[in-house]
Amino acid sequence: MATQQSRSAARWMMAPAVVLLLGWMLVPLVMTLYFSFKQYLPLRGGDLGWVGFDNYIRFVTSSAFWPSIQATLLIVGGVLVITVGLGILLALLLDQPMWGQGIVRILVIAPFFVMPTVSALVWKNMFMDPVNGLLAHLWKFFGAQPIEWLSQVSMTSIIIIVSWQWLPFATLILLTAVQSLDTEQMEAAEMDGAPLLSRFWHLVLPHLSRAITVVILIQTIFLLSIFAEIFVTTQGSFGTRTLTYLIFQRVLESQNVGLGSAGGVYAIILANIVAIFLMRIVGKNLDA
Amino acid sequence: MGSIRLEQVNKTFGDVTVIPSVDLDIDDGEFVVFVGPSGCGKSTLLRLIAGLEDTTGGRILIDGKDATDTPPAKRGLAMVFQSYALYPHMSVRKNIAFPLRMAKMDKAEQDRRIEQAAAVLNLTDYLDRRPGQLSGGQRQRVAIGRAIVREPAAFLFDEPLSNLDAALRVGMRLEISELHERLKTTMVYVTHDQVEAMTMADKIVVLRAGNIEQVGSPLELYHTPRNLFVAGFIGSPRMNFIEGPEAARYNAHTIGIRPEHIAVSADEGTWSGVVSVSEHLGSDTFFHVHDSGLAESITVRAGGEVGFRHGDRIFMTPREDVLHRFSADGLRLA
Ligand SMILES: Nc1ncnc2c1ncn2[C@@H]1O[C@H](COP(=O)(O)OP(=O)(O)O)[C@@H](O)[C@H]1O
Ligand SMILES: [Mg+2]
Repeated sequence: MATQQSRSAARWMMAPAVVLLLGWMLVPLVMTLYFSFKQYLPLRGGDLGWVGFDNYIRFVTSSAFWPSIQATLLIVGGVLVITVGLGILLALLLDQPMWGQGIVRILVIAPFFVMPTVSALVWKNMFMDPVNGLLAHLWKFFGAQPIEWLSQVSMTSIIIIVSWQWLPFATLILLTAVQSLDTEQMEAAEMDGAPLLSRFWHLVLPHLSRAITVVILIQTIFLLSIFAEIFVTTQGSFGTRTLTYLIFQRVLESQNVGLGSAGGVYAIILANIVAIFLMRIVGKNLDA
Repeated sequence: MGSIRLEQVNKTFGDVTVIPSVDLDIDDGEFVVFVGPSGCGKSTLLRLIAGLEDTTGGRILIDGKDATDTPPAKRGLAMVFQSYALYPHMSVRKNIAFPLRMAKMDKAEQDRRIEQAAAVLNLTDYLDRRPGQLSGGQRQRVAIGRAIVREPAAFLFDEPLSNLDAALRVGMRLEISELHERLKTTMVYVTHDQVEAMTMADKIVVLRAGNIEQVGSPLELYHTPRNLFVAGFIGSPRMNFIEGPEAARYNAHTIGIRPEHIAVSADEGTWSGVVSVSEHLGSDTFFHVHDSGLAESITVRAGGEVGFRHGDRIFMTPREDVLHRFSADGLRLA
């Protein structure tokens, strides 16, 4: 990008993409803001005019609001803990030289390619079904009363399903980090008298901190908006109604577009709060 | 407290034999250098002593006790790696303290040893920095510091200077030698650089393809190399080898003469040839002489003021008392 000319040429060539991306982002955002200040009931009279902040107040004061925030954070937190924890373990195992390494790695990554709707249905019908599910059979085999997963421990069930989908992603990122660990460092620590656990704690974990940060940031962004897994399993009942799901219900089930849009704006705010919060805690791992 | 003995130690990786069979005695307090070309198994041998590799056969005794199956941490040896292997997210102080922390030594003693090591190695001002903020030479010193605070029975060095530039290398070479004088602890030092071997060692072990070619003091190797390989490897520039009728005159298959043992003259001498390249170092001059009818090229060392140029015909006279004779299978003839 040396000359004036090449710089302005570059600007012109990038312009269409920039305009498209801006439109892509701005149009829905502006429409959400627009509707959030309106009383808009498509099946009950349509556009009933401006209502100021009424929708915002109604959304937060509804009894479903705080539980939905709580459910959202619980799912995000639970999935992060499980995927990062198991991801580190799996990455360390996959890094060991073993027979059939290539195939094993592909198998571990496979769940990531299954669509969320499909995997949730598979879990619901094949594993967690209280009568025919594999887990029910397992419980019966040991003489126990099968658990009704999706109604008795609905939150745990959803966390398990979502973790299963995201574990491959975490494992993959962490595996590349584990592979870049300097073997001489590990040997030096071994000679310094550090047992396996100390080596993990003092060398492996700090080495992985940046990869863990990346996993947490990316997963949080996607997990805040999970929907399909809840839609095909509990439909938001049994305490699994997340903020996203609540907005969906307001817009499509109650046909209240204005109220749903206000919820959407809250969701944007929540996502940003979480993002800033995370950046603060883990962001320092990303510089240097 | 730091004698090491190898008895018929051998090592194979899969079906590749890297060390066929090695017997070696390292006495307490000795500075032993393993030297040999790249890939000859020096690092492997050092790692066997350290316990980072398992032996395929044979025994390793440390202080007379069988340590063949002892884990690395229990052997009482400290190793300095080629890449330094510092812990990047710990400060210099934490790096040096690491082995002491792992040994659960009390804090006051830890601090005392760290301060002492830092003083010896000129690291006192850098204790709170991270390894990433240090120069190559400083990192090297941290790695050595981490080794000395443990007060090990022996130090193992694997090509510790190969990542440093030439000037620093000479400085660090001296520092390590001084450290050895001060601590009087056994040191086993691996290098492919024969200058390092000659200048630092009490005892040099020359390796080729996993076999020990010769063990001896630097001057022993210089004056009485056991075979052609050692003769060619020790000494810089390389010894000249001459075969054919000229060698036959001395009842040998090959004769060897070091560049510093040939006198040059403009008008008389035993051999003659044409100067192809002359390298003036100031203190010395090296002539590479062609067309002598003896070998492809003969290297001669002369004083710095000797000024032959490219194309000059010169005469060379070898010192017969330091001429080396070798048989057809490369062994030294008495
Ligand atoms: N872990 C290993 N697996 C297979 N071969 C190895 C391994 N480590 C070293 N070797 C082989 O052993 C030989 C000697 O290696 P090394 O001891 O590192 O040589 P040096 O340190 O003298 O350069 C080399 O040919 C190398 O390829
Ligand atoms: Mg090596």
